[in-house]
Amino acid sequence: MTDSDSEQNGILRSSFPHTRLALRPDRVILPPLHMAPNISTIREQFPFLGETVNGHPLIYLDNAASSQKPSRVIRRMSRFLESEYANVHRGIHVLSERATAAYEHARTSVAKLLNAPREEEVVFTRGTTEAVNLVANTWGRENIQSGDTILLTEMEHHSNLLPWLKLARDTGAKVGFVPVLENGSSLDMESAKRLLATGPKLFAFVQIPNTLGLENSVGELCKWAADSGTTTFVDGAQSVGHQPVDVQKLGCDFLACSAHKMCGPSGIGALWGRHDLLSLMPPWQHGGEMVDRAYYDKPATFREPPARFEAGTPPILEAAGWAEAIAFLDDTGLDAIREHTVSLANLAAGRLREIEGLHVFGPEVRQSGIVTFSVEGVHAHDIAFFADERGLALRAGHHCAQPLMRKLGSPSSSRASFYLYNQPADVDALIAILREAVAFFR
Amino acid sequence: MDNELYQAVLLQHSKKPRNFGPLENPTHAADGHNALCGDEISVAVRIEDDTIADAKFTGTACAICTASASIMTGEVKGLTCDAVRALAGNFRLLAKDGTGPDVPAKLQVLGGVHQFPQRVKCAVLPWETLVSALHSPVEGGSR
Repeated sequence: MTDSDSEQNGILRSSFPHTRLALRPDRVILPPLHMAPNISTIREQFPFLGETVNGHPLIYLDNAASSQKPSRVIRRMSRFLESEYANVHRGIHVLSERATAAYEHARTSVAKLLNAPREEEVVFTRGTTEAVNLVANTWGRENIQSGDTILLTEMEHHSNLLPWLKLARDTGAKVGFVPVLENGSSLDMESAKRLLATGPKLFAFVQIPNTLGLENSVGELCKWAADSGTTTFVDGAQSVGHQPVDVQKLGCDFLACSAHKMCGPSGIGALWGRHDLLSLMPPWQHGGEMVDRAYYDKPATFREPPARFEAGTPPILEAAGWAEAIAFLDDTGLDAIREHTVSLANLAAGRLREIEGLHVFGPEVRQSGIVTFSVEGVHAHDIAFFADERGLALRAGHHCAQPLMRKLGSPSSSRASFYLYNQPADVDALIAILREAVAFFR
Repeated sequence: MDNELYQAVLLQHSKKPRNFGPLENPTHAADGHNALCGDEISVAVRIEDDTIADAKFTGTACAICTASASIMTGEVKGLTCDAVRALAGNFRLLAKDGTGPDVPAKLQVLGGVHQFPQRVKCAVLPWETLVSALHSPVEGGSR
């Protein structure tokens, strides 16, 4: 449909092709301001959508693993390399100044994205995984002792599980798990409340798990934790950049996220931490940039956060790309992105359930853009391969959450995860290909 | 495309695998898994006089892995342990790059996986598990 068609039909196109807003004389529904820019052109901004596989247009439903990049991010990174690149924070020359400005602009952008009270609370890391390891190896080593309890949930990605298990083994701390309810429909909030009341030292948990299509009530959990003096660490890998995330509203102590899941490049992410906590944490990696004074014969002194935790040359190019991605998301509107992806996931979940022997994990109504399912008699790896041959990218396997998938009785499942450039036609393709696969393999 | 990989005979084996289920009186057994896609299989054998008297498998695996295990458990019966190891090595070559000398015709149907690097592990997993089982006597097994 062209724009002139839209006008003729009295229909205003919103950000996304399938959400049309009817113009009626009695009641004009105007889109909220945050939905206004770049309205009808989101898909045009993603060059990867021009790819084909075996003659089929590529449909990308593996967004929970990583997201694709819009042209402006690609262009920004290219331009940065052409005219702004040098090492940061140390050169007295024009390129170093430009690079430093871009790098620190990215910190400002992330701080705004998370509504962090202070920019210095944003520490750049390689991604969410490194942020978890950073906190486990610094705050964890300083604060967790033998006999303390680290509380996790049963729905954690390996990255928010294994660093804490190692910390517990090394320190003699105990580990508790808040259970998931049947079929992964929700975190067991009653158990969470009861376990948090016992005063664990740390509660590390995910906001949006990469498997179940749900969102945890972070605010409520953080409030219960605060009442017990429990420090909270939130894994925001799937939530930040997919919906508004405000660390002050959530009331958490730490939050981690990755650029590549939100239209930014791989190789960079962030740890946000409350400044009073960060300032008491020792360095983790040692080297250039993080040191204040160094000597041959006595211990070095270290800089204040965030520099203390950014040893070595950081991901400079990636920071420039991430800042552009955040600007793009901001222009598009995070509320609109969430509404779009969750509605696609609901559409998909509903139609998947119509397929005989297909089981969708998680809550009845989707709370995120993620739909994980298993198909009786057809292995997930065969489904993903079959789909790939038809240009549809799905994820198959245990989704880096082996204990959870084992508990749900499905060591291998398929996952479709949606983002802002997906459309209802992608759901049609998913359903058609799955029906074909079931007929082929069963 | 699909039919290059999923040949009819392969699909038959995956839909109705031979030698699927627990083995009575196994002497050796091992578990194998593919972290990439979640294939999990167990292979159990009964070795008599250094020869595979019987072999069966259980588990949850994709069509390629299941078919490979189904065909493998049929082919290795009567082979000595050394012959199984040699065949496993040759089968790996067949799966990886389409070479692999002296691989029986029944196993050749899996040769197509070499065109699909991400499926090689699926085809080879049963063989790796079997070779691992040869070194893993079952406690209370008959020898």
